[in-house]
Amino acid sequence: LQQSGLFGPNVPQKEDSEYGQQGSPADENVVHDSFSQLIAEQSQNEGLSDAIELQHLQGNPDDKGRDNVAYLSPSENRDRWSSATLKILSSMPSRTIGRSRGAIISQYYNRTTELRRRTQKRASIKDFSRSARPSIRGYGVEVDTTDSAEKKQERLVKNLQDLSAVDRMRMLKEMPLNLSEKKDLRRLTLEMTKRTRSSSNLPCCSYLKFQIILALRHSWYSCLSFLHSLQLWQMPLKRVSGRFGSGVLSYFLFLKTLLFFNVFLFLVLGSFLVFPQAVYLPELPESRTPFTGLELLTGGGYFSNTLLYYGYYSNHTLPNCPKNNSTRPECDSRSLSYNMPLAYFFTIGLSFFITCIILVYSMSKSFGQSFRIDKSNGMLAMKVFCSWDFKVIKRSSVKLLSENICTQLKELLGDTHHRLVSNTILDKLIKLLIHGLSWTLCLGATAGCVAGIYCFSDYMHKKVRLSGDPGLLKEASLLALPVLVSFINLMLPILFQLTAWMEKYNSPSLRTFVSLSRNLILKVSVLGVLCFHWLKRVAGSANDDKTFKCWESFVGQDLYRFLVIDFIFSLLDTLFGELLWRLFSDKVLKRNRRPGFDIAKNVLDLIYGQTLAWYRPCCLGLLFTPLLPAVQILKLLLLFYIKMSSVMMNCQAPSRPYRVSQMTTIFITLLCFPSFLGSSVCVTYTMWRLPSSGSCDPFRGNKTMIQAGKQRIAELVDENRSLSFLADAHTYLVENPLFLFVGAAIFLWIVIYFQSQVVDGQRKIIALLQEQIENEGEDKKFLITRLQSVHERKRTPARNLPSQVSLWIAERRAC
Amino acid sequence: MGTTASQLAKDSLSEYQELTFLTKQEILLAHRRFTELLDRDERNHPNPRVPMEVILTLPELKSNPFKTRICQVFSTSEDKDGSLTFEDFLDLLSAFSDSATLEIKSHYAFRIFDFDDDGTLDCGDLEKLVNCLTGETEDTRLSSEEMRQLINNILDESDIDKDGTVNLSEFQHVISRSPDFVSSFKIVL
Repeated sequence: LQQSGLFGPNVPQKEDSEYGQQGSPADENVVHDSFSQLIAEQSQNEGLSDAIELQHLQGNPDDKGRDNVAYLSPSENRDRWSSATLKILSSMPSRTIGRSRGAIISQYYNRTTELRRRTQKRASIKDFSRSARPSIRGYGVEVDTTDSAEKKQERLVKNLQDLSAVDRMRMLKEMPLNLSEKKDLRRLTLEMTKRTRSSSNLPCCSYLKFQIILALRHSWYSCLSFLHSLQLWQMPLKRVSGRFGSGVLSYFLFLKTLLFFNVFLFLVLGSFLVFPQAVYLPELPESRTPFTGLELLTGGGYFSNTLLYYGYYSNHTLPNCPKNNSTRPECDSRSLSYNMPLAYFFTIGLSFFITCIILVYSMSKSFGQSFRIDKSNGMLAMKVFCSWDFKVIKRSSVKLLSENICTQLKELLGDTHHRLVSNTILDKLIKLLIHGLSWTLCLGATAGCVAGIYCFSDYMHKKVRLSGDPGLLKEASLLALPVLVSFINLMLPILFQLTAWMEKYNSPSLRTFVSLSRNLILKVSVLGVLCFHWLKRVAGSANDDKTFKCWESFVGQDLYRFLVIDFIFSLLDTLFGELLWRLFSDKVLKRNRRPGFDIAKNVLDLIYGQTLAWYRPCCLGLLFTPLLPAVQILKLLLLFYIKMSSVMMNCQAPSRPYRVSQMTTIFITLLCFPSFLGSSVCVTYTMWRLPSSGSCDPFRGNKTMIQAGKQRIAELVDENRSLSFLADAHTYLVENPLFLFVGAAIFLWIVIYFQSQVVDGQRKIIALLQEQIENEGEDKKFLITRLQSVHERKRTPARNLPSQVSLWIAERRAC
Repeated sequence: MGTTASQLAKDSLSEYQELTFLTKQEILLAHRRFTELLDRDERNHPNPRVPMEVILTLPELKSNPFKTRICQVFSTSEDKDGSLTFEDFLDLLSAFSDSATLEIKSHYAFRIFDFDDDGTLDCGDLEKLVNCLTGETEDTRLSSEEMRQLINNILDESDIDKDGTVNLSEFQHVISRSPDFVSSFKIVL
């Protein structure tokens, strides 16, 4: 574009130097003159007057034998292009890259060159000639249109050979060529590599390194394929996505993720805590209640002296050998000792931190994918290009998807019209009133239920304390609180849905957000009041009553009960709720459509269940019930199959659009923030402040758990002087949690500020680049019209010369 | 070099693993499904080619409105009849797989949507695309007025250099703004 081409081979050199002397293109007249001077010169050379600038060609009726024309753009000025121009247009690089093999090869040749160049030293900028286009300065754009296909391929192969093996494979995979061509490229590259390698003597260490890398890569592949072969639930997930699309699939994928989290936790806890304790069983007290079926529900009774609960774990170094008893086989001096309390403390802490890191990482990754830097309002093009879900297979679902897309497109198109519809003051007021009313209703209902739970838990607590020995009825009455909480969790969302029906929202995503936030407020407040109940009341009454002697186990049992009852209620809801609704809508309402699967509500339920098992009281849960992840795993497995069959039988594909990645980001954020943050606060409170009960945990004999850790570390330091830094670190970091939190908060704030500055800068660059591309487009149009006019000139030689000259003069005057 | 009889040679398997985004299990499954589509006598052929009508009987493609375009884009036959060999089939699955990059997916999506194969999406292509999306039935089609408005809006939003068509870079620019594209442009056997 700089020198060659359009103006003919005999471009005088002074064009460039003229421009260079005259300096900035802001001086428009100067530039304009130099170009037209050039045109004038050329017209003298060729004997034609090329003095016509951008001009729309009029239809020339006396021009017979006109070529086939085609319309280039639907704009009002119909520019007609002749077929020669069309031929040139169709071989423009921006168009051939979409379809021609040679163009793809040259594009990838440029990329590999760039990749190589990144590892080599950059050429200094003064080596490049000045040009009128500063944008391509320094980019060594090579003119490749004259090279043949073989030559291009040769150069690409040479470049590929110089790359590292990993880069080469990645490049080959990413090339959009068909497989046979890729195989040829690979073969040629390997041959060339063999040739060059045999000719040069590689030092032996790099050869060894090469072999090691190859072996590692091979083992990595086999590891990956092994993991893939273990794929859980692949067929059911495919059936769901085939019928319902990506939205519903995301719910099941979320469930699968939670399952893997729980499996990981279970493995960690199991191997460090449960297994050693299970091997060295402590002595059982004589008064052990027999196993009745109710224990599965209440978690008490028989289960209270098993591995399930915290109170069972010994507080000594295992094996627990009293000094005078040498009959137990494992009490030899040769057997390994295992410090149970320390193991407990560190294992819980470790799993806590690893979960935190995994969650924050997945949240940031998901957020990064769904965050759009470019704030332009282009929804329509995106909808048309990206909304077809190729996973949907079933014919009826495909039809539904088409209807869905059609509705969305019509809505978006009609949006521009509807915005003009006037909203009178009265309408706005009424709308505001309705919104206010429904919010009051929802919040009031939530507050009422929370107060109810508070009072009822108080009442149950007193009742439990006052009653006598544990009996079957007493155990069963402990189930009352969980039943109430689950019932509230079931009924209130239905109320929320009813109120949402009477409201009218501008956009479906606003509706989803409002319903999500209402459900969230409900669940958070319920969990909050339960936490208060456990941590303050139950733990606080430890000294008063012998039932709560081992309050940690009691809380653990309570959590177990909540988990089980919650599961039973969601089972009932799925089986009966959805089934009944479907029967109702089929028989009574006689609608052809089945109910849609409410993804948001179901995911929120999953998160709530997970919170019970993990977070909030959770790390409390982990603290108090190490086998809780195992229970959660069983629950999730059962839930998967039940939900799957229910969805298949009763629901249909969602009729409203569902933005998968945005919602997934929100759910992971919800899993991380209220749940995890809340739980860390609770755990901190538990470990630092609460006195542990005297009788039944691994930290027996210490005031709080944190002091146990301190004591252990002091012991370690006594034994080993070099570990004294550990004691200091412990004092600073652990004793002063405020310091930790404040420091972390400041660090995070700095990182966020930095990133937001980067994003701002990138937005500015995008705007600049868009402007530049528009200008390039203008240039292209200019050049094409010039080309067309030259072609026209050649076909109608010098017929209208005087009129064209006068036209030119008139135009110059008008400018 | 194609597939021999009903077994996939070990070095071909590792070569396919290196050159495509598919794992070993996926390649073997693809091979099995492909051989099921062949007749008895075609199975002994060194590099069998399956005609388009047979490929379109696969349940994963049967109801897809873009099925003919998909076959045409990935076909390497000289007659442009949409028939696929096993390697074409692997190309198809690789582009639609889980681990394919956004760039490959957007490249092939562009070629699938380019109904007249001229390297850009002009008005005719866009109109055919919208008709495929909205379906066959009369009540879901857009009226011509709406279609015209839609195409104008699309070109306003995505045609950066204002030449009246959407070329590959502009298409990729639009796609990069949508985080759901990668998960919806998937076909799994």
